[in-house]
Amino acid sequence: MLHLFTLFADWLVLEQLGFDRSERLGSALHFFVEDTTKIFALLIVMIYLIALARASLRIERVRDYLAGKNRLLGYGLGSMFGAITPFCSCSSIPLFLGFTSAGIPIGTTMAFLLTSPLINEVAIVLLGSLLGWKFTIAYILIGMTVGIVGGFFLDSINAGRLLQPFARKAFENAAKTSTSETDSDNALTLAVRHQFAVDELKDIFSRVWKWVFIGVGLGAALHGFVPDGWIEQNLAAGQWWNVPAAVLVGIPLYSNATGVIPVMESLILHGLPVGTTLAFCMSTVAASFPEFILLKQVMQWRLLALLFTMLLVSFTLVGWFFNIVAVWIV
Amino acid sequence: MKIIKVLGSGCAKCTKTAEAIERIAEELNIAVNIIKEKDPQVMMKFGVMSTPAVVVDEKLVHSGSIPHRGDIERWLVSD
Repeated sequence: MLHLFTLFADWLVLEQLGFDRSERLGSALHFFVEDTTKIFALLIVMIYLIALARASLRIERVRDYLAGKNRLLGYGLGSMFGAITPFCSCSSIPLFLGFTSAGIPIGTTMAFLLTSPLINEVAIVLLGSLLGWKFTIAYILIGMTVGIVGGFFLDSINAGRLLQPFARKAFENAAKTSTSETDSDNALTLAVRHQFAVDELKDIFSRVWKWVFIGVGLGAALHGFVPDGWIEQNLAAGQWWNVPAAVLVGIPLYSNATGVIPVMESLILHGLPVGTTLAFCMSTVAASFPEFILLKQVMQWRLLALLFTMLLVSFTLVGWFFNIVAVWIV
Repeated sequence: MKIIKVLGSGCAKCTKTAEAIERIAEELNIAVNIIKEKDPQVMMKFGVMSTPAVVVDEKLVHSGSIPHRGDIERWLVSD
């Protein structure tokens, strides 16, 4: 079925506009048209269907569910809910405080917050359609592992003591003021679900469409204009420092998963090693200064610095690991 | 006069929410005092975890999205 979009790009770019695929511009344009139409079509269908299914998953429910769970289990669940719960990064702070004041350990909360930007339905649609299901599964597993291990690490160094005083107090007082005003909307009608899904679709789509254009545009530019073999010759897997370098380059680039995945596709097609690409992508998506400045409201500088270092180290390890096992997943 | 607080960290959706309430209140000719509240401690006090959230006369009525027109009208006319 996805072949349809190749045919459409053939028709539009080659027949109607008269470009030649063997030329740079024609090849880049073909790539751009094929990928954007495919991505937009898949996004509309998938966002709607997923929203329909998760209309009753409210963040308050997730909090109540996570509160009081065993710690080890909590990291896994925190990370899983981070992946599936609809959540905008502008809500990071209230979410952090909401979880903390419900007595959820900081490790579990951070497992949620670390996984959340890395994995969402848009990222999965893009990965699945551009890079294949094996890569998608590998990506989901690593995203969750980063969240789980990160959460575990933060609790094991007792990161709670490095919160801002009011946040720490909220955590300590949690036992006394157990919040439970959960609304009991357990039986949603199909009409309500549909309305929710339409709202979600509009909301997510209005946020990501420009990133799809930017991402695919960059991908197409790389595709058409970076000489074949250049990346392979200059950034091949053999050099160990490529991975940390990719992570560092990714930090100042602030993008979400939607913008970066089409670029990943292009980089991999051009021979950039999978691990290096992943490290770059994760660093771009999850380690961003604006986000960290926000977290300053609830964390002390030392904790922020620790968190940042932890992310950089884990993305580097992910990169090295995947450069070694790449043969099996692409 | 109703005091309506829009809770949020200043993201685009929070601004839109405040604007929508202001516009609809004007249309209905209802006097309101709209306050944009960015303090995370206030959000915590109301148990808000996803923004924008709306608080009418110190009572949380909505959170997590730009509210629909029907909801806003209901908040404005109820007492």
